[in-house]
Amino acid sequence: MSSSTLVLPPPEVVAKYEPVIGLEVHVQLATQTKIFCGCPTSFGAPPNTNVCPVCLGLPGALPVLSRQSVEMAIRAALALNCQVRPVSRFARKNYFYPDLPKGYQISQYDQPVAENGSVEIVVDGNAKRIGITRVHMEDDAGKSIHEGFRDSDRYTYVDLNRCGTPLIEIVSEPDMRSSEEAHAFLTELKHLLQWVEVSTCDMEKGHLRCDANVSVRRHGAPQFGTKAEVKNLNSFRFLKMALDYEIARQIALIESGGSVEQETRLFNPDTGETAGMRSKEHAHDYRYFPEPDLAPLRISQDWLSRVESEMPELPNRRRERFLAEYGIREYDVQVLTSTRALSDYYEEAASKSRDPKAAGNWVMGDLMGALKSEGKEISESPVSAANLAELVDLIASGEISGRLAKEIFQKMFATGESARAIIDREGLRQVSDTGVLDRMVDEVIANHPKQVDQYKGGKTTVLGFLIGQVMKASKGQANPGAVNELLRKKLS
Amino acid sequence: MNIATLTIDQVREGLKKRAFSAVELTREALEFAQAENPKTNAYLHFSSERALEAAARVDEGIARGEDIGPLGGVPIAVKDVIVTKGVRTTCGSKLLAEYVPPYDATAVIRLEEAGGILIGKTNCDEFAMGSSNESSAFGPVRNPVAPDRVPGGSSGGSAAAVAQGTAVVALGSDTGGSIRQPASFCGVVGVTPTYGRVSRYGLTAFASSLDHVGPFARNVKDAAALLRVLAGRDPLDSTSAFAPVPDYPVDMDGGVEGMKIGLPREYFKDLPSETGDLILRGVETLKQLGCEVRDISLPHTAYAVGCYYIICTAEASSNLARYDGVRYTVRTPGDTLIDMYRNTRGAGFGLECKRRIMLGTYVLSAGYYDAYYLKAQKVRTLITRDFADAFERVDAIAAPVSPSPAFRLGEKTDDPMEMYLSDIYTLTGSLAGIPCMSVPCGKTVEGLPVGMQLMTRHFGEADMFRLAGAYEKASSFFA
Ligand SMILES: [Zn+2]
Repeated sequence: MSSSTLVLPPPEVVAKYEPVIGLEVHVQLATQTKIFCGCPTSFGAPPNTNVCPVCLGLPGALPVLSRQSVEMAIRAALALNCQVRPVSRFARKNYFYPDLPKGYQISQYDQPVAENGSVEIVVDGNAKRIGITRVHMEDDAGKSIHEGFRDSDRYTYVDLNRCGTPLIEIVSEPDMRSSEEAHAFLTELKHLLQWVEVSTCDMEKGHLRCDANVSVRRHGAPQFGTKAEVKNLNSFRFLKMALDYEIARQIALIESGGSVEQETRLFNPDTGETAGMRSKEHAHDYRYFPEPDLAPLRISQDWLSRVESEMPELPNRRRERFLAEYGIREYDVQVLTSTRALSDYYEEAASKSRDPKAAGNWVMGDLMGALKSEGKEISESPVSAANLAELVDLIASGEISGRLAKEIFQKMFATGESARAIIDREGLRQVSDTGVLDRMVDEVIANHPKQVDQYKGGKTTVLGFLIGQVMKASKGQANPGAVNELLRKKLS
Repeated sequence: MNIATLTIDQVREGLKKRAFSAVELTREALEFAQAENPKTNAYLHFSSERALEAAARVDEGIARGEDIGPLGGVPIAVKDVIVTKGVRTTCGSKLLAEYVPPYDATAVIRLEEAGGILIGKTNCDEFAMGSSNESSAFGPVRNPVAPDRVPGGSSGGSAAAVAQGTAVVALGSDTGGSIRQPASFCGVVGVTPTYGRVSRYGLTAFASSLDHVGPFARNVKDAAALLRVLAGRDPLDSTSAFAPVPDYPVDMDGGVEGMKIGLPREYFKDLPSETGDLILRGVETLKQLGCEVRDISLPHTAYAVGCYYIICTAEASSNLARYDGVRYTVRTPGDTLIDMYRNTRGAGFGLECKRRIMLGTYVLSAGYYDAYYLKAQKVRTLITRDFADAFERVDAIAAPVSPSPAFRLGEKTDDPMEMYLSDIYTLTGSLAGIPCMSVPCGKTVEGLPVGMQLMTRHFGEADMFRLAGAYEKASSFFA
């Protein structure tokens, strides 16, 4: 069926069907060197310079598996709750392509490094577990450059710098039932992999690449429909667009009496449509067989335990702990654990201050606002977590008012100094002297007879207004607690 | 000094006594080899410049009073499937006719570090696929003993060079008999070490799980000395072994009395009588040396040829994929990428390579993998177990290398099946990964050399050399 004739099915028709989606995600590991040789993985080097006999696939060269790549793969597997196999095996995936110098990719086939994991996603407030079938390791191919050269109409250029870069492929179970769930899954996957520092997951640089297996079936149907594999979903937006299109296409096809073909389809971001690839392009028989140049990969319990002990606390664990230990709201926990760096920052501020809840509000409010307006990451914050904790404690102890604290925070953010240093230098002492406060309170009572009457008449909410007036008069330096107490006493 | 019969010890002695310098010897060896080469076509190219530089380094070392190394000044030929930096490495294929590698194989680095002099690269069957050296794109090699006959393959050039005396020792490679069979045909010593004993880094892959680098020499001690230099763990080859390397030439002097030798009955059943008689005479000599000879069985021998040709072709089909015309291979252009692949590989590979690529591609194809490749791996395990069981009862195995001596050029080229079947006695040891060697054990009435095969358990090379050395001393067939 040609895409131009696709008439989108109406919502009530779409509602009769249930999409079934599984994702295959390729992730570039953040190692310094390639998976089977010592060449650097650095991005942006001149073409064909980060290469050696091994990654060039020269006659006689042999692969040697890098320990760092294995450890990164283990970290990823543990972050995805997978079981790491004590013995896994590499296999050759054979196919011809100009940017594949060996004529095969070294991948894993029947014995991947890890299996049987899961990732929890939340869509519309509902939590759901998405199964991870497997995680396997492989080497990346080079890059074919079809454009940009004088003779690009006749020749394709090949850059082999990327050749041999370590990848893991993460294959999910067909557990997703909407493009939203797929989007949430990929988001969570990226979050986890960044969290354990396995990959930068930079989609623009191709560090995270995604393919989807999509089928649809009538609600309640016992079996899955025929699936199509959709490739080239290399941004979150494209993933959703492509899935929505493909789901609609399949429903329209079935509704019009046709049937879905098992095929590979390419997403075209310009049209927002998927199109079948000519059969020649994907009719591969990869002729997998065990890689004879590498011994089976044995991961001992000791090795596994060591890698596990070096892992950071995973986000789910941390969320639970934040909830329990710091008494902050569920929503705030989500925000504060949105990245590992942010949660580390908050953890330090919260654990060092007397009021973890207030610390959270400062991080999410003033700090994140200030960082955002300057385009800075949390790791670049001029206000250290310890200094933020001190600021929170100065408020909690009543030494400074909230309003003064905001001013001090601005100065801390601008200079990187501690709150204490700023207070000392600028003489920003809180007014706790009862004589001065007495006078100010008396003045405010005298100037606002109407509100005083209201208060005495039982409208106690007006107290806040009167406190505000005293604070204003003190230019924010009055201790709000003391003012509150004094006002109540004088008005009773 | 007769250059054609030099031994490693003689070279070292001559240098130490200053009877000649390394540069003088190298120059003479190169001249001799170049003059003799038209008779055999054993060498594809000579590495004169590199050889003379290495020789000059040896001489400088001698002048400084340094130890010259176990291979000091020894002229060595290297099979052209082993890569050499700056020296053309063709693998006997048109596809690599112009290929000059940017790096050295570990074996080459080790022999040069030991003072060895790489004088040239030897002819071989294309990508080491063949048993007669007739599949070389650069013409066959003639057997120095009988120029109308093949030298054996695939390391025919290395065997011929050593037999002819143009190199003191040589490196070959063995996948299913490619060192032992030409050694037998040319009347020299050829050793296939335990799989993993010598690094494969820089050995152009034919069948990775079966490929070995190993020595050729005119006597057992020289072969042992060369293996001593080559052997040992190489971090660049994940399949290379950590096992310690004994001092093979020194260990050779121990006696062999009481050593138990097994004769696998399956190997002698259909053996032509002339070869059989020579082998049994060799076994008689072993008995006289005090060895105890026992009849043993290797019951899965009959399945070895099928098993081997499935595994080796499967791996070869993948290993040879890289010769695609994109980079270093000689390209035959085409209008599209697919056409370029087809033209390059169609014009570049010889018949034997094409046959094996097709067979290997077939056995790995979806739907056939279990029936062929997986089954073959199971058979390989059974064959390996046969040997393990045998070595419970005996210390070494004596067997033929090839059913017949060197055959005539062109005699078997039309019948690949017969050629494959003649590999039967060497394939089993390759599949099991055990050390095996061929030692000359006499000549046929026509004057053609015949080798006896000796095998021991994994990493049992020291025992194997001891046995071969004792046999060599006792037998009267050595000059
Ligand atoms: Zn490299």
